[in-house]
This record gives sequence, structure tokens and C-alpha cells, in this order.
Amino acid sequence: MPETQHTPPPAARRFLQFFLRKDLLEEVEGDLEESYYAKLEESSGLRANLHYWYQVINYLRPFALSEKQFNNNNYTMVRNYLKIGWRNMFRNLGYSLINIGGMALGLSTVILIGLWVHDELTYNRNHVNYESVGQIMRTGNLNGEKYTTNWLPYALALELRENYSHLFDHVVTAFSPGSAILGLGTESYSKSMIPVDPEFIEAFTLPMISGNEQALEDPYSIVLSESLAQTLFGDEDPYFKSIRYNNKHDLKVTGVFRDLPHNSRFRDVEFFISSELNLIDNPWMLEQGYTNNFLQIYVQLNPQRSYDEVSAAIQEVIFEQVKDQEHYTSVHPQLFVHPMEKWHLYGEWDNGVNTGRIRYVKLFGTIGIFILLLACINFMNLSTARSEKRAREIGVRKSIGSGKAQLIFQFLTESLLIVSISFVASLLISALLTGVFNQLADKHLAIPWTNPYFWLISIVFILATGLLAGSYPSFYLSAFNPVRILKGTFRTGRNSSLPRKILVVIQFTVSVVLVIGTIVVHQQIQYAKGKPVGYEREGLVMVPMATDEYYEKYELIRDRLVETGYVADVAQSMGPVTDVWSSNGGFTWKGQEPNEEGDFATISVSANFGDVVKWNFVEGRNFSEDMASDSSGVILNETAVKLFGMDQAEGEVIIWDPTWAETQTYRVIGVIEDVVMRSPYFPNMPAAYFLDGRGVSHLNIRIREGASLTSALSAMEETMRSIFPNVPFTYEFADDAYARKFDMEERVGRLATAFAILAIIISCLGLFGLAAYVAEQKTKEIGIRKVVGASTINLWGMLTKNFIILVFVSSLMSIPLAYFGMNEWLQDYEYRVSIGWWVFGLTIAGALLVAVLTVSYQAIRAARLNPVVSLRSE
Amino acid sequence: MKETRLGEFEEVILLLVGILGEEAYAFKIAAEFKEQTGRAASIGSVHSTLNRLSEKGFVDSAMGNATSERGGRRKRIYTITAYGQQVLKEARDFKMSLWNQHPTLSLDKFSIA
Repeated sequence: MPETQHTPPPAARRFLQFFLRKDLLEEVEGDLEESYYAKLEESSGLRANLHYWYQVINYLRPFALSEKQFNNNNYTMVRNYLKIGWRNMFRNLGYSLINIGGMALGLSTVILIGLWVHDELTYNRNHVNYESVGQIMRTGNLNGEKYTTNWLPYALALELRENYSHLFDHVVTAFSPGSAILGLGTESYSKSMIPVDPEFIEAFTLPMISGNEQALEDPYSIVLSESLAQTLFGDEDPYFKSIRYNNKHDLKVTGVFRDLPHNSRFRDVEFFISSELNLIDNPWMLEQGYTNNFLQIYVQLNPQRSYDEVSAAIQEVIFEQVKDQEHYTSVHPQLFVHPMEKWHLYGEWDNGVNTGRIRYVKLFGTIGIFILLLACINFMNLSTARSEKRAREIGVRKSIGSGKAQLIFQFLTESLLIVSISFVASLLISALLTGVFNQLADKHLAIPWTNPYFWLISIVFILATGLLAGSYPSFYLSAFNPVRILKGTFRTGRNSSLPRKILVVIQFTVSVVLVIGTIVVHQQIQYAKGKPVGYEREGLVMVPMATDEYYEKYELIRDRLVETGYVADVAQSMGPVTDVWSSNGGFTWKGQEPNEEGDFATISVSANFGDVVKWNFVEGRNFSEDMASDSSGVILNETAVKLFGMDQAEGEVIIWDPTWAETQTYRVIGVIEDVVMRSPYFPNMPAAYFLDGRGVSHLNIRIREGASLTSALSAMEETMRSIFPNVPFTYEFADDAYARKFDMEERVGRLATAFAILAIIISCLGLFGLAAYVAEQKTKEIGIRKVVGASTINLWGMLTKNFIILVFVSSLMSIPLAYFGMNEWLQDYEYRVSIGWWVFGLTIAGALLVAVLTVSYQAIRAARLNPVVSLRSE
Repeated sequence: MKETRLGEFEEVILLLVGILGEEAYAFKIAAEFKEQTGRAASIGSVHSTLNRLSEKGFVDSAMGNATSERGGRRKRIYTITAYGQQVLKEARDFKMSLWNQHPTLSLDKFSIA
């Protein structure tokens, strides 16, 4: 191609000529052309063109812009529109404040919800291998239901490494997260941790400040979070310092990682130890085969493999190993890989269907859009309602040659002005509210002031909202007929208020639906809270048995605690009362159907456990320390007895084959009311309590009735300190732990309440503005009516009636919407409240009341005006 | 401390104007800037800086003669004014004095043995 073919891109040149100051044109064009040819010599024509464009764009600087840009016709018009809009805003300050206030509230909600949604969608994205790391999940069938769990057998990890290594870059096991005691000098701390394989650091790209990816190769090493290192060592370098772990091992600090962000799965982990150390401490774990599930497996896929491919390849790995055992043919365990991208938002399974927090993301996203819609409706209603005031202006503009398109543009400019002002206000509001919002939503959100994308999105958003809010008014106003307006015969007809009425109905429908939804959420929470728990939560303290010494000195602890006078008794149990740490199948009972199975909570307790937590017995008796035969006794809960299909279970014999231990025969000595251990929203698990002492992990301390909790706690702490000087006293109240089961729902409830209130406020603001407008418009009519003898009550009725009808219509429309919506939501909970009709009645009555109050203020004010004053004008 | 009213970028551009002499026009300065610092600067940003320097009175400019290159368009040639020279010198002296007060990095210790 001949050289002469290449010239600077003409479009770029024309653009430059368009905006550049004329006196600079010669030198700048010369410079850019020179630069263009210089670039052309060293690279391609396309690059030179791009380079030219880049240089042109870089001349968009104040000093180089042509004066003309500020002086041409379009610019003047826009300035005029803005000026008129600005003046109109101040002329009707009241309306403008309602408009801007409503819009600002709406926008703040959208900003906060937007930040929240963004935070949810970017969960775990701090990990570089976000797209290739997954977790292995196991499914199985039990009595026709499909369950999904992340607990896996240790043998599986070995098998995957051995025979499936071509699928994975890393196979990482992680034992159950927990807390452990770290001792340093005379100080000791209880901190949360996970034992993991060394490769964890590489797979999850743990941000190491010191140490490297091999930091956990040695079983006696420990990797700390930055804040934990700070707590333990202050400003000293922790590297290769020694820490006492659970009063048992001395570990070397071989790495420190930067604290993980709040929106990541491992955010609470304060240190990692090697999984190998965990196996040294618990050698039994190595011999559990494929049927005892006690760890989690994370994998990083080989880059050539997809999740589907790998899931298909490993699906039957466990089943292949256990299919000879009769029990597992019906369970049929299968495996799949759950990608990290889905951990947070799709982290739950309901009978095999993948759901999770995505429901809430969708829910709040929808609410955000609706609240914005409410604010836009306010703007539309107030603008069109006040149209008569602006009719003259439109008439004049049209008759001196303004086209419809120009008028549309004018009103869109005005709506953009209002939205922009509201946006600035909403930034302030949401900046102020982030603190409260973070508490409500358990987040660490902040407005990203310095993020260019945030501003870009904001600008797009302002434009979109401005167009949405301004669309209807601008088309409506620009369609006025100038001749009729200027002749003075212009009257907006009866029908002109119809769209406005429809919009009000939409607003109140949305608000009422939100309010009903909020009430139902709260009802559901209260309902689940009122479920009988089967033991006494108050005054029950749970203490994890942190070190081996706890087991050796159990009797001493018990005696000494009771001696303090504050403690009634102490009992041991496997796991806290508020959770199930071990569940098993393998039960056989009289009258069992073939293939009938049960997933039982299998809980080891000490004989006095039932007395300490205060079980309620349905039949039979508690374990007794004095009866040796009780060691082969079992206590069942009612759900278990129901599953067995027995009317009376006492004295019956059941056989339990856990597969990982000897088969044993047990005699039922008692039946208790169900104890709520897992989710209060779901049916209780069948449970069996044994005296075998296997895996007990918690002390349950019953505080003597009437004793002061604070002095009991300090006495207990003192006692424990004297027995275990090197172990910090950690405890939890059973009622606190139980209350935490409602955290998620209560959070949703509180957020929903906040949004419902906002929706009502915004809708009422709009109603208030409209009522003021109607009252103002009817000033003369009211004056005449008063003169002729109408009472204030009559006038009030006349002014409020129309609005009340609208709100009533909305209420009727919202009933089916709310009913079906909330019914759908409640389906997620098996233990759920039924929606009572009084909820609708109450909400509708409330909505009517609020609407009446809002409108009445304006109505009464108008009705009490002295007719002499209102009729004198003009 | 005397305020020199000279930013880092401005100082470099001013020095380059001095170095380039007759060839000191926006494109050349931008090209030289890249050559010397390895950082790219658009002609627009150089031009805007030159404009500012000239408002402060540190440089003068005049249109050069028309040549056959660049389509016969003339260049604006910049020259440092006496005031500009003085400001440059002050900026240098000021930094030297700071360097000399620096305890561990005093220039004496860097002298080649």
C-alpha cells in the first residue's frame, strides 16, 4: 500500500476543528499530524489512527475549547431550560421539596440496596481462583427426600488424589472449623481456626504477608491472620515464633496472611493449622472408611476440565465403595462439585433443588426497583397535576415556534435537574445511613467515593431515572393545544386526572403489599420462636471441652463448680444443646418396613444430662448413674417414636449398626419431648441419646435458680481458671445460641420493615402534594360552598373522598398479590404460620388511616379558609 | 521556604523547553518527554502545561516560519524567559539545600572516592 494512502482519520480532524479554539487550530493540527506520521513509521495504520484519536481527545481541556461552544443556540436553550426549571423549583418550593425529598429517599434506598446486592454478588471474589475452585458435595436419598451435604469421608480425599488426579490441580481437605486455645507465655486465647491441607494456601491464594505457599507443609506449623498476629505479638515479627496449641503441641508460626474481606467464606478464620496435626491428634480418623463423614473437600479443577465433566466423573466414587452394604443401595450417595461462584448465593438445597441467598438478592432488588418507581410516580403526578400552572408558558413557547420535540426536551431537562439534585441529597443520606444499614444487614458497606465505575453507573442511573420520571409529564405537557390555552378556554378535563389516579393506585398497592409482607415475616419469626424447645434455655451455660485435661478432670470440675453455690449441676454432651454434631443411619426396629430408614441425631450424654437441661419426659425415665444396665439404654425423642410407628416405646429394643463401630442392641428406657436442635423452621430430627461417652465435647452447666447470672459467671470463671490456668474460659448461654437461629430471618424482617416504612413515606409524600394541589385548585369552589352554608366536615369529606377511594382500591388489589407472594415465601419453611385475614384487615385499615390523615391536613386547612379571603382574589 | 510555584511536571517541561531550543514546540516536547522519562504524555497535556507556564510568565512563545512539512502549517516555538530561568534555578537550589540537610543521604557521602 502506498504511503500516501495514510492520512489522519477525517472524523477525528473534524471533531478537533469543531471544539478547538480557532487561534490554536494551525499549530495543534500541525503537531498532531507530525505525531501521526511519527507513529505511522513505527507501527500500523490502525494504531496511528487510534493514537490520533487519543491525542484529539486529550485536547478536550478548558484552555483549548472554543468560546463558541458556550455561545451557540443549543447551549443557550439548555441554559434557559435549566434557568426556568430552577426558578419554577423555587416558586413552588413546597412541591419541589416534596418531589426532591421523595426522590432522594427513593434514590438512597436504591443506592444502599445496590451496594448490598453488589456485595452479595462479589462474595468470595477475593480468591484469584474464583472460577476454578469448587467444593465436593454429597447427595443421598432418605425416605423419598434427597439431602445434600458437604461432609465427606476421609477415604474419599485419598481416592481422588490417587485415581482422579488428572481432573484436579489440587484436592484439599479441611476439617470442621472450630476454636482452639493458643498459649503464649502466660497468656492464653481462644481463637477460631480450621485444620487444612498445605495446598489450601495455594488453591485459595491466601494473601501471605510473610511465609510462602508451603507454610503448612510441616505438621507443627501454624499460619496466623494479620490481626491475630497483631494481638499475639504486637509489632514484633511473629515469623518462626513458637505458640502452644491446645496446651499440647508447640507450633512454629510459618506464615501470616492479610485478613480476608468481610464478604468471603473464610472471613472468621483467625488461623490455620495443618490437617496432618489434626490426624496426629485423632488417629481414628484414618480408619473410618467411606461411611463416616467428618471433613470437607475443596478442589481446584485442572484448567482443561469443566465442573460438569468433573462432577460426572466422580459422581459414583463413594457408591462404588459402599454398594455392597445393604443400607446404601437405597441411599445411593452421589458426588458433585459445587463451584465457588455459587457457594454464597446458591448454598442451600431443598430436596435436591439448589437455592440460597439469591432469593433475598432478588427480593431486595425488586423492592429497590419498586421504591424507585414510587418516587418516579410522585414526580409524574406532581408535574402533571401542576400542568395548568405551566399551560401559559407552554402556549407561549409553542406559538413563538417551539416544536413538540423541544418541549419534550425541556421537561426532560427539568426532570434531570430534579433527579440530579435528589441524587446529591441521596448520596448524603445514604452516607449517613450506611452505619445503621450495615448493622441491620451485617455488612461492611461503604459508598465507593473514589471508584470511577460507581460514578459512571450513577450517571447512567441518573439519566435513566430522569427519563423514566420525566417521560410521562413531558409528553403530556408538550401535547397541549396553544390556541386553546391562550384563548383561556383550556381546562384539563375529567379524564386528565385518570392516569394520575392509576399511578396513585399503583403506589399504594406496592406499599400495602410491602406492609403485609413485613407483617407476615414478623409473624413467621414469632411463630417459630414460640415453638416448644423441649428443654429450659434460661440459665443454661455451654462450655466447650477445649483440651484433653477437661476429660481427665471432669469430676473435679463438676464438684468444684457445684461447690461455688451458683451451679446446680454439670453434665456432658456431644455438641452443644442447640446443634446436632453427629447424625447416623443404620437403625433397626420392630415393625420396620423394608427400605425404611432414618437419619438420627445420635448424641452421647452423661447420665445427668436430662436433669441439667430439664428434658420433658413423655414416658419412661432418665438415665441413672446408679444403674449399670443403663449403659445399653437409649432415650428417644417423640419424632423417633413416631418414625418407629410405636404408640409406646418404653422397653422396646432397637439395634444400631453405625458401620464405623460395633453393632449394638439398646433398650428404650425413656421418651422425651423433641428438643429443637437445628432449624426451628423445620421438623425436628429423630434423636437417640446414649450413655456411651463417645465424642462428648461440651459441658452443660445449669445455674441454680434465682442466682445472679453475673456473679455466677465470675465464680465459674474463677473456678475454671484455678483448675486450668492456661485455658481461657469460653462459654455460651443456650438462650443466646438459640436466638442466633433467627438471625437471618430477623435481619430480613428488619430490612423489610425499613423498606415498607420508606414506601409508605414516599407514597404519602405524593398524596400530600396531590391533596395540596387539589385543595388549592378548588379554593374558589370551597369559598362559594362555604358562603352557601357548607360545614367544614362537608368540605373535608368532599376533598378526602376521592383519595380514600383510590387507597381503598389499592388495598383490594394488594390482597391477592400479597397473599400469593407471601404464601410462596412461606413454602420455604416447613414449620410455618398461616396467614390470618386480620393481617389484611389491619393493614388496609392502617393504610386508609394514614391516607386520611395525610389528606386531611390539606383538606381541613382549605376548608377553614375564610371565604372572604379566598373569593377576594382577582 | 520560598514557594517556587513550579510543579514537578511543569519543571520537567520547562527544562525540556530549554534543552530543545529552536525545536521547542508541543509535539517535540511531548516526544522528548517520553524519550527522557519513559512516561507517555499526550500533546494536549503538554500544551496545556505550556499554556499555564506562559500565563505565569515562565515561557514566551511565537509562531515559527511555515515549512513544507506538516502541510505548511506553522509551529508555535516556546522559549524560556529570564524569569523562568530564575525560577528553575531557585527550584534546583532549594532542592540542593534540602539534600544537604538530609542526615544520611547528604551529598558529601555520595562523592566518589
